[in-house]
Amino acid sequence: MKVTIDNVQVEVEDGTTILQAARKIGGKLVPPAMCYYSKLKGSGGKCRTCLVKVAQSSAKDPRPMPKLVASCSTPVQDGMVVQNLTSPEVIEARKGVVEFLLLNHPLDCPVCDQAGECDLQDLSFGYGMDETATEEDRREFPVIDIGENIKLHMNRCILCYRCVYTAGQLTDKRLHGVMYRGDVSEISTFIGNAVTNEFSGNVIDVCPVGALTDKTFRFKSRVWFLKPMNAHRECSKCAGKTAVWMFGNEIYRVTGRKDEFGEVEEFICNECRFEKKDVNDWIIEGPRHITRQSVISANHYEESKKQSVINPIEGTMEIQE
Amino acid sequence: MQSAFGIIKTMKNSNIIHHPRFARDGKSVAFTPAVLAKVHALILRYPEGQQKSALLPVLHIAQEELGGYLSVDAMDYVATLLGIQPIEVYEVATFYSMFYLEKMGKYVIEVCRTGPCAISGGEKILAHLQEVLEIKPGETTPDGVFTLKEVECLGSCGTGPVMQVNSEYYEKLTPGKVDKLIEDFREYANRNKPGGLSWVEKFC
Amino acid sequence: MGGKILLAGIDIPGIRGFDVYRAHGGYAAVEKALREMTASEVGQEVNRSGLRGRGGAGFPTGLKWSFLDRKSDKPRYLVCNADESEPGTFKDRYLMQHLPHRLIEGLIISSYALGVNTCYIYIRGEFKYLVGILETAIMEARQHGFLGDRILGTDYSLNIYVHPGAGAYICGEETALLESLEGKRGNPRIKPPFPAFKGLYGCPTVVNNVETLAAVGPIILMGGETYSKIGRGKSTGTKLISACGNINNPGVYEIEMGLPVEDFIYAPEYCGGIANDKYLKAVIPGGSSVPILPADLMLNTAKGEKRLMTYESLADGDFETGTMLGSGGFIVYDEDACIVRNTWNLAHFYRHESCGQCSPCREGTGWMEKVLYRIEHGLGKMSDIDLLVRVAKNIEGNTICPLGDAAAWPVASAIRHFRKEFEFHVKHPETVKNIHHGALNIEEESLIPDSGTGIKYW
Repeated sequence: MKVTIDNVQVEVEDGTTILQAARKIGGKLVPPAMCYYSKLKGSGGKCRTCLVKVAQSSAKDPRPMPKLVASCSTPVQDGMVVQNLTSPEVIEARKGVVEFLLLNHPLDCPVCDQAGECDLQDLSFGYGMDETATEEDRREFPVIDIGENIKLHMNRCILCYRCVYTAGQLTDKRLHGVMYRGDVSEISTFIGNAVTNEFSGNVIDVCPVGALTDKTFRFKSRVWFLKPMNAHRECSKCAGKTAVWMFGNEIYRVTGRKDEFGEVEEFICNECRFEKKDVNDWIIEGPRHITRQSVISANHYEESKKQSVINPIEGTMEIQE
Repeated sequence: MQSAFGIIKTMKNSNIIHHPRFARDGKSVAFTPAVLAKVHALILRYPEGQQKSALLPVLHIAQEELGGYLSVDAMDYVATLLGIQPIEVYEVATFYSMFYLEKMGKYVIEVCRTGPCAISGGEKILAHLQEVLEIKPGETTPDGVFTLKEVECLGSCGTGPVMQVNSEYYEKLTPGKVDKLIEDFREYANRNKPGGLSWVEKFC
Repeated sequence: MGGKILLAGIDIPGIRGFDVYRAHGGYAAVEKALREMTASEVGQEVNRSGLRGRGGAGFPTGLKWSFLDRKSDKPRYLVCNADESEPGTFKDRYLMQHLPHRLIEGLIISSYALGVNTCYIYIRGEFKYLVGILETAIMEARQHGFLGDRILGTDYSLNIYVHPGAGAYICGEETALLESLEGKRGNPRIKPPFPAFKGLYGCPTVVNNVETLAAVGPIILMGGETYSKIGRGKSTGTKLISACGNINNPGVYEIEMGLPVEDFIYAPEYCGGIANDKYLKAVIPGGSSVPILPADLMLNTAKGEKRLMTYESLADGDFETGTMLGSGGFIVYDEDACIVRNTWNLAHFYRHESCGQCSPCREGTGWMEKVLYRIEHGLGKMSDIDLLVRVAKNIEGNTICPLGDAAAWPVASAIRHFRKEFEFHVKHPETVKNIHHGALNIEEESLIPDSGTGIKYW
C-alpha cells in the first residue's frame, strides 16, 4: 500500500506503522522516538514525541484523523497522507511534549555520561524552548546501583519502559519494573535487588537518556573524545558483534552497534560489555559511520560519505554528508 | 502528604521523593486452608493460563488475612500461589492505592478530600480528625489503633462529607458524629476484629 | 428519588432480593429475549432504541456492539464497567445497591446478544460492600436457572463473576480496566487495536457501563422503538443524574432526557434549589472531567435558548460556552464556592490518578496542580494563569487515553469563565491565604454579574 509522508510517497506492506514507513524513507522527516524500540514488543506510544498529523486517513476515507496520532503505533492505510515537519500543529505539540519531558529532567548534561549521545539532548536541541517556564522544583530520587555494573539515576528517567521490556523479553526472570504511579512512579526492584542476568547490560543501550549508565565507564571520558569501532569476538553467550569505544589503543567501553535510529542491531552479553576491555580480546573491523550532526563526529576520522536526502518541506533533493 | 505513594512532600512544594525501600523478612506466611480453598476457587473464575487475573482479589484477601498490609513476604507468597514473578506483584501492589505497603493502625480512617466532599465540609472533617487523633494524614497513632489517610473521591458525593473506615462507609459526617465514632472504635479496638464482612466472605 | 424505567420499583421493600424482584416482573425481559428472540434481534432492538453509553462518552451502544469481531474463533467477553470513580458520580453505586438484579438481567440479555459465555463485573475496590450484594444476586439468579449452563432450557450458557479493583480512577478507562482485570497495572493500552478485536486476553470484548447494561432489560420489554421516543432527538431514554454540592436534595434522579437544567436544579422533585437560599454560581454537569459553566451559561445557551439535559444541548456552544453530559455527575456550586480552590482540588485528583505512562499527562497534571496550589495559597503570579492555559492545551488531545483531556478541561474552563477570580487570587494573596471559600465576593462586589432574571444566580 502507498502512504505519503511530508509529500514523499512510499510503498509499504500491510501492518506497517507510520513511523516504520517514515524510516523507510529516511532523512529528516522521520519522527523522533523516545520510547518506541522496534526490537522490543509492546514498546511505544508512551512518550508522545512521535505525534504526527494524519491529513487523510486512507484513499477510501479521505477525512483527517481528529487528533494527532502516535506514529509508532498507528498502522498505515492505503492512500494515507501524513504530515510531520510540514504541520505547524505537530511542531507545536512536539514542543509541548519536549517541555513536559524536560520538566523534571535535571539540567546536568555537563556531568551526565550520556551527553553527546542522548536522544533527549538532541530532541531539546530541535524542539526545546530557550528558557524554562517552570519555577517548581524538580523531582529528586536517590542515585542507586541496580546491579553490579549498572547505575540508576532515576532523576533523569523519562519512563519510556524500554528497560522493563528489555528485561522482560531478553531474560526469563525480570527483577525490575515500574513501581507506584503518576509523576512519582519509578524504575526499581522494590526490594533493593541486584539485576544480575547475563543480558542485563542491554538496559544501558536501550535507555534513551542517562538514567541507566555503565559503571565500568562512568566519568572515564566524554563520548566525543572516543572513536567507536566495529569489533567482534568469539562469544558463547551472544553473537559477539559490538562497538568498542577507543582512545588511542585503549578500549574505554563496549556497547551494542546502534543503527541510524539509535537502536542496537544485536543485543550483547554482559561479559562482552563489562569484562572485555583489552584490545587483544577483540578483532577490530574499522571505524563506525557517525553522522555529521553528532558531536561524536567532531574529531572526524572517517572518510566523508555523501548521500542524497530529501528535503521534506520543499520536496527537493539535497546532498548531505 | 498521605502515604498511598510512600512519603511525598508535594504540599510543601518540595519534590524530594523517598519511596521507602522494602525488604524480605524471610518470615513464612500462608493462608489458612479455608482461605486457600476460596483463593483456588477464585483462580478458577478466569480462563486456564490466566490465573494472574486473580491478582487483585487475592491481594485484597492477603492484605486482610496476613497482617493488614502487604509485606514483601506476603507478596512473594501470592506470586508463588499464582505462578508469577514477584516483581509483577510489586508493580501492581504499588500502583493501586487500596494496598498498604506498611503496617497500618487497626482502624484505617480514609477521609475523602475531592471536590464535592470538600465543598460540603470534608476539609473541616479532616482538620477535626487531625485534632482529635493528634496525627497528620499518613500517620498512625502511637497506640497503633488509628491510621489517618486522605483519599480521593469515594463515590459518595451526594452524602458527603464521607470517610471509609476499614472499607465501611460513614456518610454525612459532622464533627460531633466523628467524635462519637472515634469513641466507639476505641472501645471496639479492645475486642473483636473491626470492620464488616471480610473479602473472603464477600465472594460466594 | 422515585424511578421511571431504570429505577422502577426501587421503593418496593425487599426489591434487592430475587423473589420480590421476580414477583414485580423481574427477569421477564430475559425470558422474552432468550425464548422469543434471536441474538441479532436483541442487538437490533438495542440499536433501534438509540441507547448511548452512559459512562461518559455517549457512544451509541448498538454501534459499539456491531464492531465486535464475530469472525474470530476466540471466546468473546462482556465486561461491565462498575469502576465508578468520577468525582460527582454515584449513580451506578445507587443502582447496584438497590436493584442488583436489574443489572444482572441486563448482563444476561447483552451477553446473549453478543454471543458471550463469560462476563465480568469490574467494580471499584472501595465498593467492597457491593461485592457481597452482587455475588448474592448472581447466586440467586443461578439457583433460579437464569445463569449457568443451559439457561431456561435453551442451549445458551453464561457465567458472571465479580472482580474488584483496588483504588485507581484510571481503571474506569476501558483498556486500563482490561489490563487491571488481567492482573496488571492499570495502564491504558495503545489503540488500535480496539477491544472489539483484541480486548480481554486478546479476545473480542465489549466494555459497557452499569447504567447502559441495566437499560437493556427495559428496552427489550418495551421495544427499542418505544424507548427511542422517550427523551429528545438523539438523546433517547432516561438518564440517571447524581446531584451533589450546594443543593437542597442531593441524590440520584432518573430524568427523561430533555428536562430543562433550570427545572432540574430548582424543581422540588429534583435538586430543590440551592441550599441556604444562596445564589447559584456554577455547575459541573457531567462529573468533574467536563468543563465547568457559570450559572448564566448553565441555564441558558449562548444563543439564549433554555439549556436542556441532553447530550446535544449541554454541548451547545462547544467548549467556548458549552460543556458535556458526561457521566451525569451534577455538581452544583453556590456563591461561596471558590473556583480556584475547587480547580486546584480537582487538579490534585487528576495528578494522583494519572497512571504515569505517557509524558503529557504524567508531567502536565503535576505541573498544573503545583501552579494552582501556588495561586490558591497566595503565591501566584499573573503569568501563571496563562501558563496554566498553555499547559492544559499541550496535554489535551496528546495523551494515550482521555484522562489527559479530563485533567485539562476543568482547568481550561475554569480560567475561561472565571479568569477574574484567578486574578483576584494573585492580587490579594493575604486575603486568599486565610479565607478559602468565595474569596471573590469579599471585596469586589462589582464582579458579581447582574442576572436580570427572576432566578437568583450569580
